[in-house]
Amino acid sequence: MPVRIQTRDFDVGAEITALRGGNPKVGAVASFVGLCRDANDGEAVSTMTLEHYPGMTEKALEKIVDEAKARWKVIDVLVVHRVGELKPADQIVLVVVTGAHRGEAFAACEFIMDYLKTRAPFWKKEQTPSGARWVEARTSDDAAAGRWEQPKSDAA
Amino acid sequence: MKVKVLYFAGLREQLGTAGEDLDASPTTVAGLRTLLMARGGVWQSALAQGKALRVAVNQEMAQPGTPVKPGDEIAFFPPVTGG
Repeated sequence: MPVRIQTRDFDVGAEITALRGGNPKVGAVASFVGLCRDANDGEAVSTMTLEHYPGMTEKALEKIVDEAKARWKVIDVLVVHRVGELKPADQIVLVVVTGAHRGEAFAACEFIMDYLKTRAPFWKKEQTPSGARWVEARTSDDAAAGRWEQPKSDAA
Repeated sequence: MKVKVLYFAGLREQLGTAGEDLDASPTTVAGLRTLLMARGGVWQSALAQGKALRVAVNQEMAQPGTPVKPGDEIAFFPPVTGG
């Protein structure tokens, strides 16, 4: 399964090693790790709770991975996203892309994160000194995802 | 006909429910939204046009004109904020 939703933490090194699987055709590994920060929009954040839509989340992420594989020549992809209660400095999300060369791996990794941010049904709720609040979607995330909708060459 | 309706995140909290089985006959997503808003009160305000809401039908992102058929699972939720 290229996509996992879990409450437990993940080990980045172990995940990369497992995805590479000793395949000597892999010449590049690009990865992204998203972390829980201790402040957002000027307020301290003590706890973050991640809710998702079981069933749709996996389907949406698998679709994003399939699209990345169709756009770029990559060898393998892994997406791990945590849900439940997280603390500042905790790991939230991991994307790993293996390929023959770095260009495709970098591009596919960034594409997957940009689409995950705008298309996968996760929602963050923050505990702050003034109470709990749902994180609002950012227009900058829509803009980041929109970049990939331009007609593109395979020169990435 | 029967459909399953789900609510997530801030919308779930506002409506005070995570979902329901509905016996109704909307033909589209927009029709279902109008039907739910007609309950008045928090339903009307939380689902009002102009509220940034997303809708999925059978776990695929949908549009107001997306058809609704018996047995479908329709989910309403705020713009997503994962990652």
